[in-house]
Amino acid sequence: MGKQTPLYQQHLDANGKIVDFGGWDMPIHYGSQLQEHNVVREDAGMFDVSHMTIVDIAGPEALAYLQKILANDVSKLGFTGKALYTGMLNEEGGVIDDLIVYKMDGWYRTVVNCGTREKDLAWMNKQIAAFDATLTERPELAMVAVQGPNAIEKVKQVRSEQADLIGELKVFQGLPVGEWFYARTGYTGEDGLEIIVPAAEVAEFWEALIAAGVAPTGLGARDTLRLEAGMNLYGNDMDDSISPLQAGMGWTIAWEPADRDFIGRKALEAQKAAGIPSKLVGIVLETRGVMRSHQKVVIEGIGEGEITSGTFSPTLQHSIAMARVPYDTGSECNIEMRGKLIPARVVKMPFVRNGKKVFE
Amino acid sequence: MSNIPTELKYVESHEWLRKEADGTITVGITDFAQAALGDIVFIELPEVGTEVEADDDIAVVESVKAASDVYAPIAGKIVAVNEDLADAPEKANEDPYGDAWFFRMEPTDPNVLDGLMSAEDYAAKCE
Repeated sequence: MGKQTPLYQQHLDANGKIVDFGGWDMPIHYGSQLQEHNVVREDAGMFDVSHMTIVDIAGPEALAYLQKILANDVSKLGFTGKALYTGMLNEEGGVIDDLIVYKMDGWYRTVVNCGTREKDLAWMNKQIAAFDATLTERPELAMVAVQGPNAIEKVKQVRSEQADLIGELKVFQGLPVGEWFYARTGYTGEDGLEIIVPAAEVAEFWEALIAAGVAPTGLGARDTLRLEAGMNLYGNDMDDSISPLQAGMGWTIAWEPADRDFIGRKALEAQKAAGIPSKLVGIVLETRGVMRSHQKVVIEGIGEGEITSGTFSPTLQHSIAMARVPYDTGSECNIEMRGKLIPARVVKMPFVRNGKKVFE
Repeated sequence: MSNIPTELKYVESHEWLRKEADGTITVGITDFAQAALGDIVFIELPEVGTEVEADDDIAVVESVKAASDVYAPIAGKIVAVNEDLADAPEKANEDPYGDAWFFRMEPTDPNVLDGLMSAEDYAAKCE
């Protein structure tokens, strides 16, 4: 038996099919992954993401510390609650993890992946020694993502005393109310909130959301939603050996100011100068069949790549994937599926945003 | 708990078989198999007229989760396939023993079903 979140009993009560997920017993679906996916695109669904790791950073040199360990520049955060997506890189420019940083009132909150918790904390603790700053993990906090076109309205109904604050949140902003924290962020390509809640209060919150018509949604739908939204999954689409330039994360690297010496910068500059060897692209297969991670991608006259994440897209009704391919890959490729080469198209991601197809 | 109708025969690769009045044998996948696969999104069926040996992989089921082969449970000839199923693969989740039959075979050995698992034997396998 793995670790359980404070919502484990709620998952059983909702008929959740429990699987091992990075050492945690988590619901993969509650009956139908496809239906849960569609509910998030059309109405409102919720995910237990309490397995994710919350780390708070404080102290006089908290900003300087984050500017050293993160490729994006936290000083860009202009107001309290504003969030930033960034990679945390090793000296070779590889992605140790991807995370969100929120600027709080004199301190910072980060949310990192669960599967990378140990190595992230080891790295962050090692680097913080040179700074007058502290790092505090917050395992006593649970986290629920409520996502979909009606998600914010339904959370406002359930947390009516906070409705004004929730209504004023800008996209990619989060604000605390006591130990609660409401952020207008997500991993689905829909509007919605990620809400940090004290573990002791989360079951009651979850049940109130069910009463308000928010559907429990499993990690299976979370994966198809994020892939349609063109969002990377750590461990699939990038890892310690892949730079952000090879993972569609170039926009998260803050090159200016030029004298900000973040970890990995020199390696990224060297990679840019030498030529980036590969890139992450979107692939669509409009005929039958489903692309799966690790399938080979063959680009005629150029070389070979690999599917990093592949699935059936419930919104588009055909298969979509991310693949790492040679940098010069154009608009066509072939996927090796079950011993045959199947023609597919290379497209610009995302595939779906706010319920609608967006690529050409 | 899986639904395992007592009037059918079963094989270890989670297909069910039913003898029809004309001696042909209808084949589909079990309730246990569809539940394990999750939402089914594509089904590839064999061609009518194909001669197959038992355990040949002759059809493919793709769910959101994974691709799985469907095996010929017995030796014989494919005499019909369920084209409606290829157009509406979700039927394999909804009605695995009814509308969602996969194909019909003319068995090489007319008595082949006698040696296959009963519902009781299959239920024990699924535990």
